[in-house]
Amino acid sequence: MIPEIGHFALIVALIVSLMGAVIPHMAIARGDTRLMALAGQFAYSQFLLASVAFGALTYAYVISDFSVLNVAANSHTAKPLLYKVSGVWGNHEGSLMLWVLILSLFSACIALGGKNLPLRFRSRVLAVQSALLVGFLLFVLLTSNPFMRLDPAPFEGNGLNPLLQDPGLAFHPPMLYIGYVGLSVAFSFAVAALMEGEVTPLWARWVRPWTLAAWVFLTAGIALGSWWAYYELGWGGWWFWDPVENASFMPWLAATALLHSSIVVEKRDALKSWTILLAIVAFSFSLLGTFIVRSGVLTSVHAFAVDPERGIFILAFLAVIIGGSLSLFAWRAPKLAPSGIFSLASRESALVLNNILLATFAGVVLVGTLYPLLLEAVNGTQITVGPPFFEFAASVLMSPLIVALGFGPLLAWKRGNISRASQILLPAVIIALVVFWVTIWQDAAGTFMTGFGIALGLWLIISVGMEINKKANFWKHPAGFIGRAKKLPRATWGMSLAHAGLGIILLAITVSEAWTSEALRLMKVGDSENVGGYDFTLEQVTPVAGPNYTAVRARFLVEHNGRFIAKLAPEDRVYSDPPMNTTEAGIYPTFLGDVYAVIGEYAGSDAWSVRLYFKPLISGLWLGAGLMAIGGLISLSDRRQRIGAPAGKKRSKRVLKPKKAGA
Amino acid sequence: MNGAMRFIPLVVVLVLFAVFFTMMSGDRNPKEIKSVLIDRPAPAFSLPSLEDGAAAITEADLKTGKPLLVNFFASWCAPCRAEHENLMLLAEDFGLNIVGIAYKDTPEKSRAFLDELGSPFSVVAQDIDGRAGIEWGITGVPETFLISADGMIRYRHWGPIVGDSLQKRLLPKLEEIQ
Repeated sequence: MIPEIGHFALIVALIVSLMGAVIPHMAIARGDTRLMALAGQFAYSQFLLASVAFGALTYAYVISDFSVLNVAANSHTAKPLLYKVSGVWGNHEGSLMLWVLILSLFSACIALGGKNLPLRFRSRVLAVQSALLVGFLLFVLLTSNPFMRLDPAPFEGNGLNPLLQDPGLAFHPPMLYIGYVGLSVAFSFAVAALMEGEVTPLWARWVRPWTLAAWVFLTAGIALGSWWAYYELGWGGWWFWDPVENASFMPWLAATALLHSSIVVEKRDALKSWTILLAIVAFSFSLLGTFIVRSGVLTSVHAFAVDPERGIFILAFLAVIIGGSLSLFAWRAPKLAPSGIFSLASRESALVLNNILLATFAGVVLVGTLYPLLLEAVNGTQITVGPPFFEFAASVLMSPLIVALGFGPLLAWKRGNISRASQILLPAVIIALVVFWVTIWQDAAGTFMTGFGIALGLWLIISVGMEINKKANFWKHPAGFIGRAKKLPRATWGMSLAHAGLGIILLAITVSEAWTSEALRLMKVGDSENVGGYDFTLEQVTPVAGPNYTAVRARFLVEHNGRFIAKLAPEDRVYSDPPMNTTEAGIYPTFLGDVYAVIGEYAGSDAWSVRLYFKPLISGLWLGAGLMAIGGLISLSDRRQRIGAPAGKKRSKRVLKPKKAGA
Repeated sequence: MNGAMRFIPLVVVLVLFAVFFTMMSGDRNPKEIKSVLIDRPAPAFSLPSLEDGAAAITEADLKTGKPLLVNFFASWCAPCRAEHENLMLLAEDFGLNIVGIAYKDTPEKSRAFLDELGSPFSVVAQDIDGRAGIEWGITGVPETFLISADGMIRYRHWGPIVGDSLQKRLLPKLEEIQ
């Protein structure tokens, strides 16, 4: 009965969404404000109905109702409760339900939080959101119904892929989805602005907090996924440039560009059509990411061939949303006349450079991801594009970005002064050059790129420090430094933290790539092995049993020059449903880096194959990503961001002259 | 973003979708991966030798009149250690020339690696920045290419040559071209 209620709620949600997508436009055409106000009610109802449907599916998972096909195919009674719940979105149908839920949640948030947007504009935005929801609901109901019944019901379910039974991965998809779907708000705002034919600095103010929130979740979601790969896949890698990862990285790049370009729109009323385009593209990347990868057009088009109906639907849906919005853009963009002018050395120029490089990078990742597919379509040859291509592109495009990033925040709007900025940044330049020279000259690093990467990372971190220092004026009046630093706008702090986070990530990547030590050995209990200055002693190997797996657990004692560092307990697990082997690495992060051990197969005569690593500074990756996300949150908590929406009352006048500091 | 520029995104997307559509209506199985390099001459390259003072190693060094292997390896790569024993076997018992390409590694570390385990290679080239790796389209290390007497790539082996992949995959290919 419960699943039928869920199914019914979806159908009603579809009807409400159809109404929500059409009625507000009609109301605007007629100028009927009472009817326009209904858009909010539609949004609340959509969210309520989507919650009921999602709740029903979750309930079926929690009680292991195997008469529901989706549950039988993806769940199992012996799974811990956490993974029964996370199993809901661990499959195609369920993940679509999560999309629907989050999309309707964002609509409800716009309705609730956007009370002060002009009514006309708010109705347009909500109508676009409703139209998106119509597409998703149609897709769920017509091709991917999660409430399909199975008769007779099997006694036991198939279970969830054991790789996915992990706390990191239980929360990774929802985070990422909130990020993806959060970009729908920017999209809807952009489409609504195109319909209205007007983009004002206020528009950028409204859209920025939403973009920022989505960006924070995307950042956290990607970092969580990378962390999962690091400790669960068991060979120390954390990013592989495979299509699924690229699919989450492209929207992130576009969203990052959008965050920066919307500042220019807000402060200087320039880059308007470009920003609108970015908002459309960022969400299009999200759609492309979830849909194309989920249904496997890239990793295996076979999945499409099996269910051509689903494939065609996806394509048609994407064509309508992306093609439609880009057509609207091509038609209306000329109305968005550029106004602000600025000189070459200015904050605007720095942000434009940021946008060019980020957009190019996103484009390169897109080409690299789709190139194999395109080439095969053209002449039938199959190729793969591997990490070397992406790494090369990343180093070429990100290096100038980071060099410019040091200067950007110190340049004034409209007309900046590069030589003054250079003076402020002189210490950073000197330290970076010295470090670069030392690493290359001493051959400590070996390759050129290592020295370059370290120098760039330090340059960025020190520049951020110098910039805070400049803004709070430490040298001239050291006394009140802390007080002045506290008074800096939160947006400034958020920006600085996020930028410093990027510097830390760069350092972590460079150092860990260059100086990781690793060993693949056969070890017996009692054997010792030195890896990167750390002594790993295999103390014991014991069998253990988990709720739905059995495992072999090793215990390593790790010492550094005879001093106790950690005990590691890596496991080699064998799950029963479905039968599959996973590794749980034993990791202990120290200040200098991670000690990392993996136990492999039994190699005969009491020996086990083990892999041992010392990965210097690798925690900096997640620390840096964490700083970026926290920086985003701090910036989001800035009063100026929060009052963005209420300022909408004065829409017709361009009253915005915010203080200059921060961005 | 005015003038014709504003149509660019739309056109790009339309082309993409047209491609997706044709790919979906066709009957193809993407799991059958073939390499574009197979039965083509080895890509041009010129890399410094690991041996001090020796001449650079180029694609001309692959045309020796008999089959040989090109092996991408690195001292930082654990599977390379795993396959090392089999490479030694191929070099010693089968008398096969193996050209080693030290991928993204410092000369010191590459030398230390070969000093420790012994060198199965007739020559070792250094691909310090990984550009040759891009030319050859490798997805990681180790990867091994079988080159026939006329300098054509005949077989590409992904990952380490361990377990029965030597007996069942590499050796039959070798016999085929001999």
